[in-house]
Amino acid sequence: MRVTCPNCGERDRREFYVKGAALARPAADAALDEWHDHVNLRDNPAGEVHELWFHEMGCGAWIDVCRNVVSHEVISTAWVSDLGGTR
Amino acid sequence: MADLISLSPCDGLLPVTIGSVTLSEDLPDAMTSLAPYAGQEKALSAALEAAHGMGFPAINRSTGKAGARAIWFSQGMALVQGVVVAPELTEFAALTDQGDAWAVVRLDGDGAEDVLARLVPVDLRRQSFKRGHTVRAELAHMMASITRVGPDAFQVMVFRSMARTLVHDLKTAMAAVHARG
Ligand SMILES: [Zn+2]
Repeated sequence: MRVTCPNCGERDRREFYVKGAALARPAADAALDEWHDHVNLRDNPAGEVHELWFHEMGCGAWIDVCRNVVSHEVISTAWVSDLGGTR
Repeated sequence: MADLISLSPCDGLLPVTIGSVTLSEDLPDAMTSLAPYAGQEKALSAALEAAHGMGFPAINRSTGKAGARAIWFSQGMALVQGVVVAPELTEFAALTDQGDAWAVVRLDGDGAEDVLARLVPVDLRRQSFKRGHTVRAELAHMMASITRVGPDAFQVMVFRSMARTLVHDLKTAMAAVHARG
């Protein structure tokens, strides 16, 4: 599998660490049910997922990777910092 | 007062030549990482140009030349080698002394590309990786910085604690390339 880092270009999967699903975090004072959902419940679709990948062996950027878990196609990659987060 | 002896990261290990490729240690006079504050990238580049005659490098590129070089070093960071960075640059960036933190080696000679091809999963051939180009990439499970500094010459850097492993893996690859003739 090859992943295109927005900084480094197309790189081998082995250079990355995968944290898991890319999720919008609930507000700090959100209800317990909402936090329970955020921490524990996942949809597990047979299709496209968004995940947080870390270019550990490269530039150190956190990347939002959209990939298809059936075909293994990598559909898009973007800096997490461009998606509303802070650097 | 104890008389302290300073040892370089690759002390006693280098230089070594196998076939047409030589691996030697480089000891830049100074190494400082520059991480521009948010929105200060242009101002930092101008200040770096004024103070040291080289701009802040673009992603996967380096500026300057042997003796005073700025290398793109990771997301939002560059490494200046060879000169002590002017203190006024602290207005625009976080400066961190990296002088003792990295092993710096030079891989030089016909076949250096073939040696790195055995260890790095990135295309470093001349047609796609020209002089001044740089990458952060895996080198035999180590987080390396690799810069082409000449037609057949590369600068390779890893954390100082990995110096012996770096030399071992590069020597093994040099011997394997040489054995193929
Ligand atoms: Zn990267």
